[in-house]
Amino acid sequence: MAEAIVITSGKGGVGKTTTTANLGTALALLNKKVCLMDTDIGLRNLDVVMGLENRIIYDIIDVAQGRCKLKQALIKDKRFDYLFLLPAAQTSDKNDLTPDSVVEMIAELKKEFDYIIIDCPAGIEQGYKNAVAGADHAIVVTTPEKSSVRDADRIIGLLEHEEISSPKLVINRIRNHMMKSGDMLTIDEVVQVLSIDLLGIVADDEDVIKASNRGEPVAFQPNTKASISYRNIARRILGESVPLQSLEDEKGVFSKVKRFLGMRN
Amino acid sequence: MVLKNQYVMIKGTRDGLTLFLDDSCSFNDLLDELDKTLSHDEFDEDQAMITVKIHLGNRFLHKEQDEQLRTLIRQRNKLVVQGIESNVISKAEAIQWKEDSEVRVVSKTIRSGQVYQVQGDLLLIGDINPGGTVKATGNIYIMGALRGVAHAGINGNRQAVIIASFMKPVQLRIADLYSRAPDYETEGVYMECGFIDESEKILIDRLQLVAKKRPELNGFERSVLNG
Repeated sequence: MAEAIVITSGKGGVGKTTTTANLGTALALLNKKVCLMDTDIGLRNLDVVMGLENRIIYDIIDVAQGRCKLKQALIKDKRFDYLFLLPAAQTSDKNDLTPDSVVEMIAELKKEFDYIIIDCPAGIEQGYKNAVAGADHAIVVTTPEKSSVRDADRIIGLLEHEEISSPKLVINRIRNHMMKSGDMLTIDEVVQVLSIDLLGIVADDEDVIKASNRGEPVAFQPNTKASISYRNIARRILGESVPLQSLEDEKGVFSKVKRFLGMRN
Repeated sequence: MVLKNQYVMIKGTRDGLTLFLDDSCSFNDLLDELDKTLSHDEFDEDQAMITVKIHLGNRFLHKEQDEQLRTLIRQRNKLVVQGIESNVISKAEAIQWKEDSEVRVVSKTIRSGQVYQVQGDLLLIGDINPGGTVKATGNIYIMGALRGVAHAGINGNRQAVIIASFMKPVQLRIADLYSRAPDYETEGVYMECGFIDESEKILIDRLQLVAKKRPELNGFERSVLNG
């Protein structure tokens, strides 16, 4: 059964696109057929992070407006046979896409893929509505900053009105030494306020920036902090189909990453 | 001084006059009789104003009838209507009463950007996050953390209180007053209540104090008795 997962945050710059690219890569590494869908019309980034910018011919607006078939717009990743990207348009704006057309596209993609991961634009307007329209699940990305947590809270509130299962939380850009010194919200504080299940935490790792500038998601690398985090999250997503194990699984991931972060100090 | 009439009985007390009006005759008869009765009495120019309380018994007055009655009495100089009391109320008022005195139990998290409003008292089982707001015409009880805004007594009830298991509000509002969090970072407090004190300011104190400050908080009767 195919699943469509929207990656959202409300606030910009917390790592939605990076999370989308890396979860897609990590799921592909686990032999899943994955399609990444960029709904950030006018500000497309996902293709750049994936290093596939030079391959774009048609985009999501071309599909929505019937200028091409969905399959023509899909770009195969250069590293995996089972990883595809449906790029956003750079020249249109967000109103050119409608929730209905997104729902239609996702329904078609579900026939081909195991996972459709939707990169949501920042904000809570039309772009957000398009992105969540066809999603079955949602992952809310936040950083341990007050403003980011506030926006994540708003998004979680809005997601309650959608036909989406309870969203899961990814805390990104964690700086362990700042958390320990009390200069940053701790993981517990963030989880307590948002009161949703924690799917994973990702350290603020320079390798993420290096990798994304090279157009190669960090999850590809075997042993950086961030890549392990992302691959753990991917495993957790797969684990969701086994509800009884999910809690232990999460604990495992959590303590593993925590132990890993602990080594740093 | 007791004047006995067919439909109108007047009793004089230290505080003024009390009119007991018959509740079985027609309203027009009542007005006629009252008019006559009042015109018997002569009031001196230098006499102080006399307050009049009216007891209607089991009679229900419409808005217009209420106004008619008040004008009639006001026409006599020196008489001021202090209040009209009746043993009966309309269904609508009764329902309003019930709603205002009911405790609504809600279990959810009020998140940033969400506003939750109820008639009567609110018992929230869950948190109010920063940026979230709850409003109630009555009291607000929160079994969870209050990190957002709570507004009790929105229709002007200054007796309303806000009670939370964990209190770290952005703002507390009661009736037309509000208080905000200090500009410095605070820890938040457990088991506290907010209420308006004698100095007309919102005070936050241990919730055990509620029993002293708002003894009328117990049960349904308080609303009925207080009106």
